[in-house]
Amino acid sequence: MPTGDVVIDLEELVARIPDGASIAIPPDYSGCAMAAVKALIRRGCRNLNLIGVPSGGFQADWLIGAGCVASVEAAAMTFGEHGIPPRFSAAIREGRIAMKDATCPAIHAGLQAAEKGVPFLPLRGILGSDLMKYRPDWKVVDNPFSDGDDPIVLIPAIRPDIALFHARAADRHGNVWIGVRRELMLMAHAAQTTLVTVERIEDTDFLADDAMAAGTIPALYVSAMSVVPGGARPVGLAGAYPADTEVLSAYATAAKTEDGFRRWAGEAIFGKVPA
Amino acid sequence: MSPHLSDAVSRTEIMIAAITRMLQGLRHVAVGNSSPIPGSAALLARALSGGKLRVSLLGSRTHNAFTDGGRELFDCAAQGRIDAFFLSGGQIDGAANINLVGLGGYPQSKVRFPGSFGSAYLYHLIPRVILFREEHTPRTLVPKVDFISAAGTSPENEYRPGGPYALVTGLCVFSFDRQRRQFRLQSVHPGVSAADVREATGFDYAAPENVPVTEPLDDGALELLRRDIALQVAETYPAFAAKTWGVGV
Repeated sequence: MPTGDVVIDLEELVARIPDGASIAIPPDYSGCAMAAVKALIRRGCRNLNLIGVPSGGFQADWLIGAGCVASVEAAAMTFGEHGIPPRFSAAIREGRIAMKDATCPAIHAGLQAAEKGVPFLPLRGILGSDLMKYRPDWKVVDNPFSDGDDPIVLIPAIRPDIALFHARAADRHGNVWIGVRRELMLMAHAAQTTLVTVERIEDTDFLADDAMAAGTIPALYVSAMSVVPGGARPVGLAGAYPADTEVLSAYATAAKTEDGFRRWAGEAIFGKVPA
Repeated sequence: MSPHLSDAVSRTEIMIAAITRMLQGLRHVAVGNSSPIPGSAALLARALSGGKLRVSLLGSRTHNAFTDGGRELFDCAAQGRIDAFFLSGGQIDGAANINLVGLGGYPQSKVRFPGSFGSAYLYHLIPRVILFREEHTPRTLVPKVDFISAAGTSPENEYRPGGPYALVTGLCVFSFDRQRRQFRLQSVHPGVSAADVREATGFDYAAPENVPVTEPLDDGALELLRRDIALQVAETYPAFAAKTWGVGV
């Protein structure tokens, strides 16, 4: 089994996320550490800089509603069939959070640059988009390998302080199996600290089996983990359990108002029985 | 919304018919998130091609062969491995610029949309980008978008193998003329007149004197869509498939 300083309880895990940290989170369909996000809110975390890889959904909206967020970098904020995240749009309207609008491949490229340890990566497209006006950190250069004029955008490395996600299983060495959800691998490679919740720890070695190894994040990249069965509820975990659409839909409705969000958080996050 | 068409289902199916025809003969079509009508068209086009057309449907476990995470679609597109893709917009303007970010100022938008997703990139790289927007009104099809998520056209010196090919709405089909940088009315859906389209459109566009009617699916294709394709669509878009064809309810 992984040693005691790697497997810790959920409160200890979120204690490793300092106020003001930049924190990369996956989209709702990947592997979201929902239970950890609740613990982070209970801790009263402040001034987080969220990075949606490449978009944000329920995790981000909970954190924004609870006042934990200073800024969001994402290509989109969406609940899919449940509409626009309401605490996010309210925070934008009221100017309470800073938004760094991006496009999906720019988030991936920024993380890939961090993964490679280089300061930037070039990326096609984007020129002519108003995103360029509001992203002074994205630069345009002339392709030095071209004979003619060829402007191209450079995306700076994104090196998150923290990557936080949920996965199906870890093995006895602390390797984490993510299957086909390889954006989680990218996040772990790019972040300085990777914190993971898992459904279970299996007494085996994923790296000894090629079929498993291809979808496994080596322990080398994993700073700490907690065992949290059902840790991705209510957004669900592919191959394990589906999204709880009733719960998600109820949240999307409740969170349309500040009061509705507070009532929801009182019950769902702080465990208060409604009066 | 058209007051002339008999119901919302036939409007959905005529949009699927128009898009399906645009995918004939292609090798690989990708469909992004929140795109049930294009997704239905792509899966139908695949069935009609005898399986020759490859479809990568984001959000699907069954109709998606990507194994390298969120980035793979984008890397694939930049290499020219994807022939067609679909984008929509809260606003679309006459120069084919699309707005997925919001209305009424930025960053403090009065109405916030989800965000640009991959549009700012894919619009430049995929040869046949088909715009779709069911609501065809002056508030969605505008003279100029409030925020350009992705630009419809580019200066000559910019690398741009991709761009807008057509715009399919609940009323009609426009093709996009990249030289003239404007839309041209290609067909109106059954029961819709060219004057209806002119009145419902906030931007200027070219139009032939006689506008043909968008051809519906033939009986065989329509049956295939309602019977087999509806079930495939339901995996990724259960609410849409239930509403349109009553499957899975």
